[in-house]
Amino acid sequence: MADQLLDAKGLNCPLPILRAKKALKEVPMGGTLEVIATDPGSVKDFEAFCRTTGNELVESKVEDKVYGFVIKRLS
Amino acid sequence: MADGAGSNTKKLSMIVTKGSLDWAYPPFILATTAAAMGLEVSMFFTFYGLTLLKKKLDLQVTTLGNPAMAMPMMGMHMAMPNIVSAIPGVDAAATAMMKNLIKKKGVASIEELREMALEADVEMIACQMTMDLFEYKLEDMIEGPKLGGAATYIENATNSDINLFI
Repeated sequence: MADQLLDAKGLNCPLPILRAKKALKEVPMGGTLEVIATDPGSVKDFEAFCRTTGNELVESKVEDKVYGFVIKRLS
Repeated sequence: MADGAGSNTKKLSMIVTKGSLDWAYPPFILATTAAAMGLEVSMFFTFYGLTLLKKKLDLQVTTLGNPAMAMPMMGMHMAMPNIVSAIPGVDAAATAMMKNLIKKKGVASIEELREMALEADVEMIACQMTMDLFEYKLEDMIEGPKLGGAATYIENATNSDINLFI
């Protein structure tokens, strides 16, 4: 279980990333944030977001057109 | 800008020249995303882009000069030939259609993105010359943007890793 959960279903670019950035601030260093989204573009976007910001994308999965990401806060 | 020379923070600067509903999206989407990704962002609003800093936004789209514009309708795409924009009410209808789609597809409004940009400390500069030229009043503009000119932009651009003209 992640420390925090963000439901970004139904939101389109760039809202999942912007909401995730906000939610990540509330996660303690080393903690995790789980994001649920329906935007197919968010797969590449969360990879890019994590690479650029120095956070770790621990998990990226898709099930029934719903995307799940787990981000470990490292910055 | 908070950081001076020698800072490692990446920087993005933009010139925002267009003020229609469709063209308002790229600068605000990129500014908010770049800020979320840790970049320092500066937006320079000039000519028709300056309208995006008004307190009350009334943004429109036009089919004129936009032959690629097509609206999804009943599972198909309806072309918007240039000539139809001459018909009264067509641009208003296209604007209403686009605003409807924006809501339906979970796309943020420009007001929302602008608010998020300000919250993320995106620097906004209003072109003083355009303010004079189009007789815009400071009291009609949102709070936050500073006034500046070409030299302000050039200094920002010189210190930026990415420069965009939109």
